[in-house]
Amino acid sequence: METLVYLARRLAQALVVILIVTVVVFCLLHALPGGPARGILGPQATAQQIAAFNHEQGLDRPLPVQYVYYLGTLLHGDLGTSYTLNEAVSRLIEQRLPKTLVLTVLSALVGLLLAIPLGMWQAVRRNKPADYVITTLSFVAYSTPVYFLGLVLVLVFTQTLRWFPSQAPQGDTVAQVFADPAALVLPVVTGAASMVAVFSRYMRAATLENLSEDYVRTARAGGARQGAILFRHVFRNSLTPVIAMLGYYVPVLFGGALVVEQLFNYPGMGLLFWSAAQSSDYPVLLGCVLVISVATVVGTLLADVVQRIVDPRVKAGRT
Amino acid sequence: MTAVLQTAPVEAVAGYRLSLRRFTRNKLAVAGLSVVVLFLLFCFVGPLLYSTDQTHTDLTQVNLGPGAAHWLGTDAVGHDELGRLMYGGRVSLLVGLAAGLLATVIGTLWGAAAGYAGGWVDAVMMRVVDAGIAIPALFILLVVSAITTPDTLGLIVVLGLVSWLVPSRLVRAETLTLKSRDYVLTLRATGGTHGRAITRHILPNSVSTIVVAATFQIADAILLVAYVSYLGLGVQPPKTDWGGMLSAGLTAAYSGRWWLIVPPGLAIILVVCAFNAIGDGLRDAFDVRGRG
Repeated sequence: METLVYLARRLAQALVVILIVTVVVFCLLHALPGGPARGILGPQATAQQIAAFNHEQGLDRPLPVQYVYYLGTLLHGDLGTSYTLNEAVSRLIEQRLPKTLVLTVLSALVGLLLAIPLGMWQAVRRNKPADYVITTLSFVAYSTPVYFLGLVLVLVFTQTLRWFPSQAPQGDTVAQVFADPAALVLPVVTGAASMVAVFSRYMRAATLENLSEDYVRTARAGGARQGAILFRHVFRNSLTPVIAMLGYYVPVLFGGALVVEQLFNYPGMGLLFWSAAQSSDYPVLLGCVLVISVATVVGTLLADVVQRIVDPRVKAGRT
Repeated sequence: MTAVLQTAPVEAVAGYRLSLRRFTRNKLAVAGLSVVVLFLLFCFVGPLLYSTDQTHTDLTQVNLGPGAAHWLGTDAVGHDELGRLMYGGRVSLLVGLAAGLLATVIGTLWGAAAGYAGGWVDAVMMRVVDAGIAIPALFILLVVSAITTPDTLGLIVVLGLVSWLVPSRLVRAETLTLKSRDYVLTLRATGGTHGRAITRHILPNSVSTIVVAATFQIADAILLVAYVSYLGLGVQPPKTDWGGMLSAGLTAAYSGRWWLIVPPGLAIILVVCAFNAIGDGLRDAFDVRGRG
C-alpha cells in the first residue's frame, strides 16, 4: 500500500515535470526574435509575408491559447511538421530515435562493463598505485570534451593505424547499423569514455561503503574468504545504487550522442537535431528536446522505483 | 543564549583552520590549485613576456609548424599558436569562472528559497529543477545558437542559466536540515524575519557546501565553454577561446597539423581536472556531501 502511494506520487511528479518541460519548450519557440516566421522566411521577408505566415500558422493568437492548442496537438502525438524536410516531426524522430538508442545503449553497456570491475578493483586496492592511476585516468576522461576525444581517436585509429573507419555505419535501419561493426567501434568508445569515468567512481564509492558495513565484518569473522564476500555480498549491494544512477545519467548520454553523431556522421536523432539547428528548423529542434526530456523523466522515475523495490532500505527520501 | 551565540563563530574559525590543514595535506588538491595558478599566470602574465599579434592576420606566416620563431607554429591566418593559447585561455577561464559562479549564485538562491519555504512552493520549485535537468544542456545551447549569437556577457548568462540546477538541489538539501535548528527557530521566535534567517544563518552555515559546489560548477562551466564554439555559439574571430581553437583546428588536424589542436585540448583537460581535484579536496576537507 505504501509502495502504491509512493508510485502514484512519483508518477504525478513526473507528469508535472513533463508539463513544465512543455512550457519551457513552448517559451523557447516564442522567444525567437521575430518569432518562428523570421527563422523560416529568412531575413529578407517583408512584414506582410511574416504577418501572413503567422496568421496561417495560428501564431497571431494569444500565447495561452496557442499553448493549450500546442498541448492538444502533443496529446495526439503530433509534434508539428519540419520546415525544411517537409515531413512530420514525429515520423522523423521515429526513424532516427532507434539508431540513437542503439548507439547510447551500446555506449552505456561498454561503459558499465568496464566501470564496474574497475571501480571494485579500485576499492579493494584503495590508496594503492592502481587506485591512483585509475582515479587519474577517470579524471582525465571526465575532463575531456567528447569531440576532442573523438578527434584524437580518429587521428590515431583511422589516420595512423588504419584500424577503424572514421565514419559511423550509414544504414537506414538498425540491422544495417549492426552489419558494419568495425565502423561502430570509434563512436561507441567515444560515447563510453566519460561513462567509465563517472561510473567507476560511483562503483568505487559504493563498494567502499559496503566493505565497511557490519555484515562484511560478520562474514569475515565467520571465516568467509575475501573473494566470496566481494562477489556474493558487496558486489550485489553496490550494484543497485550504481544501476539506479543510470536513470539520472540519461540526459548526459543523449548529450554525448549529439556530439558523437555529428562527429562520426551517424544518422541518428543527434544528427537530425544538429542539422535542424543549422537550418533553424524549430519544430524538429523542439520535438527532439521534448522526446529526450520525456525519456529522461521516465529514466529517473524508473531509477527511483527500481531502487525502492530492489533495496528496501531506500525510503521515499529522494524526491 | 548569548554564550551560545558567542562561541559559534569561534568554533567556525577553528573548523575552517582544520579544513584548511586537511586541504593542504591533499596532494591532488594542492596540485590542482598549482595548475590553476600556473594557467592564470600563463594567460594573463604570459603575453607580457611572449608578445604576439592576435588581431591582425599575417599571410606570410600561415600554417607553420612548431619552430624557433613560433614555438607552437601558426594557424591558417598566421596567428602565433602559443600566443593564441594565452589569449584564448583568458576567455575560457574568465567565461568559465563567471558562468560557474553565476550558476552557483542562482542555484543557491533558488535552493535556499525552496528549502526554506517548504510545502507546495518547494515542490513546484524543485519540479522546475527536475524539468531543467531533463533537458540536456547541449541541446538547449544548440537551440540558442540557432536563434542568436550572443556576445561574451550574453554567453556567461546563457551558460549560467543552463547549469544552476545541481547546486540548487545541494543547497536545498542543506537548507532543509538547517531551518529546524534551534538558532533559526530562536531567531524566528524573537521576531526575526525570514530574510534574516536565510542571510544570517542558513547561507553562512551552507558556505562549505556552496564553495564545493561552486568549484565543481566552474570545472563543468570551463568544459561547457569548450563545447560552445563547437556548437556555433562561441566568441567571434579574431577573439577566440580554447574551444574555438579546437574547432578552428579540426580540418587542419585531419591533414596532419595536430599541433593546432593538441595544446588547446590539453589545456582544457588540465584546467578542468585541476578544478575537479580542488573540488574533491575541498569536499573532503569540509566533510560535506557533494558530487561522487
